[in-house]
Amino acid sequence: MRYGRGPEILRDLSFDLPRGSFQFLTGPSGAGKTSLLRLIYLAAKPSRGLISYFGRDAATLPRNELPDLRRRVGVVFQEFRLLGHMNVFDNVALPLRVAGRKRQDYAEDVAELLAWVGLGEKMNALPATLSGGEQQRVAIARAVVGQPEVLIADEPTGNVDPEMGMRLLRLFAELNKLGTTIIIATHDLQLVRMLDAPVMTLSNGHLHIRPPRSERLRMREEAEAEAEAERVSAAPAVAAPRTPDPDDPSNPDTDMTGGHDD
Amino acid sequence: MTDGLPKPPSGGNGRLLPPDAGRDRPLFVVAAILVFLACIAALGARGAWLQAQRWTTDLETSLTIQIRPGESRDAEADATLAAEITAGFDGVEQATSRGRDHALALLTPWLGEGNLPDDLPLPLLVDVRTRPGSLVDTEGLQARLDAEGMTARIDDHGRWAQAVRRAAGTAQALGLGLLALLAGAAAAVIAFAARASLAARLDVIDALHLCGAEDRFIAGLFQRRFFMLGLKAGVAGAIFAGLVSLLVSLGDAPADMAFFLPQWASDPFEFVLLALAPILAGLTSAISARLAVASDLRGRW
Repeated sequence: MRYGRGPEILRDLSFDLPRGSFQFLTGPSGAGKTSLLRLIYLAAKPSRGLISYFGRDAATLPRNELPDLRRRVGVVFQEFRLLGHMNVFDNVALPLRVAGRKRQDYAEDVAELLAWVGLGEKMNALPATLSGGEQQRVAIARAVVGQPEVLIADEPTGNVDPEMGMRLLRLFAELNKLGTTIIIATHDLQLVRMLDAPVMTLSNGHLHIRPPRSERLRMREEAEAEAEAERVSAAPAVAAPRTPDPDDPSNPDTDMTGGHDD
Repeated sequence: MTDGLPKPPSGGNGRLLPPDAGRDRPLFVVAAILVFLACIAALGARGAWLQAQRWTTDLETSLTIQIRPGESRDAEADATLAAEITAGFDGVEQATSRGRDHALALLTPWLGEGNLPDDLPLPLLVDVRTRPGSLVDTEGLQARLDAEGMTARIDDHGRWAQAVRRAAGTAQALGLGLLALLAGAAAAVIAFAARASLAARLDVIDALHLCGAEDRFIAGLFQRRFFMLGLKAGVAGAIFAGLVSLLVSLGDAPADMAFFLPQWASDPFEFVLLALAPILAGLTSAISARLAVASDLRGRW
């Protein structure tokens, strides 16, 4: 993907987001995380390559079919993108209203969701009067209110305290259990460690995919078992090399390349 | 719903497009002026048509017979006889012989009073008023007058009526052309404003798109907004045009000026026109805004 005639921001990425999966997306600033998310939530067209979206090729998708697909995706933007002239309730209800649902049909659901994210008392407030964390929660509530099949969140816990961050992560996990595919872009490695989920790391326009911790442990156990078997069969025994920590995302030895490497 | 949860806010949905008074106010004024001018043009065209109708009716229901003085003929007696003969023809309501004094009075504005010698032979006139819608056999009348030996010429005013009708037609065509131009200008101004409004609110449009809004949903928002703006501007423009027309009618405008000025005739046409103007202004605004926004949105992904 490139913007205008500029250099390619993302190239040779190949990955699959299985239905109902949960993954983190990390990488340094400028690595192309937001561009990748823009491709995923259909805000940009790929300049080349194929993005298959619910079985449809995004590049050849007719414009009139975009809204239906976008309704199946909820997005939490890093900069929230709340509508400043509308109150919290109306901001959260926006996807339902756009989908043509009547206010009386969704009013109580929206109020309940807002209460759950701790904004029950601020339904009439305008976004400008809210703190950054509160705005973020409004953005999250808006993204999940339509029970999307895919939820994309760009730094969703960046402006909230750790307790609220945990609560939001639990919300994402609950949604995932209900079948929603979740992608969370974050710099917060603490957050990444809280869930047993694969981590996609973008660096210099390329993507590396690290499997979930449970899978890495299983792989390590298998490797250790193989090593042990080799040690037993081989003589004389030598000290086994230390196995790297699978939880360290910066450790390239534990990465499983999901994309095309250089 | 679980007890203890906060109640959703009462009332209707908030506006999806933010209010934009800074941009809307000048646009409202421009649209109101355009509607005012359109109403004035329509009322002016209508006034010209009504005036032409009155004039042509006057011309078409009258004839003039000119009796030229001849040798050894008494023109006054000929005029009286001609009036009597004419009064007996079908379709004639009244025929009045005008004497020499009347002929002199007609010449006074050009020649001054008392400047004509008494023995100057002057043609005398017979004014004939016909019944509306009936035709007088002017050829038969001419033959009768000729048979009496007088030198008479009948003028049925046909060419004047035709000229008035032509002038009225031209005034009407001008009025309608002006109306079309003003409607086009209004549509162009609204389309420009709608595009500017769309460009100024790309953040809202992006948010709506990413929430799954269809182009027609977004175009509908602009359509409703500009319909209301056009409607309100139309009401203001129509009321102002009605007041101006009323003031012109109450004033003492000369007849030749009145041909081009909007005249309040208090007939249903004026009320229908002024009632329709805001609706037409609203529809023109709505359609041009929708088309402009839909066309801009098609260029985005």
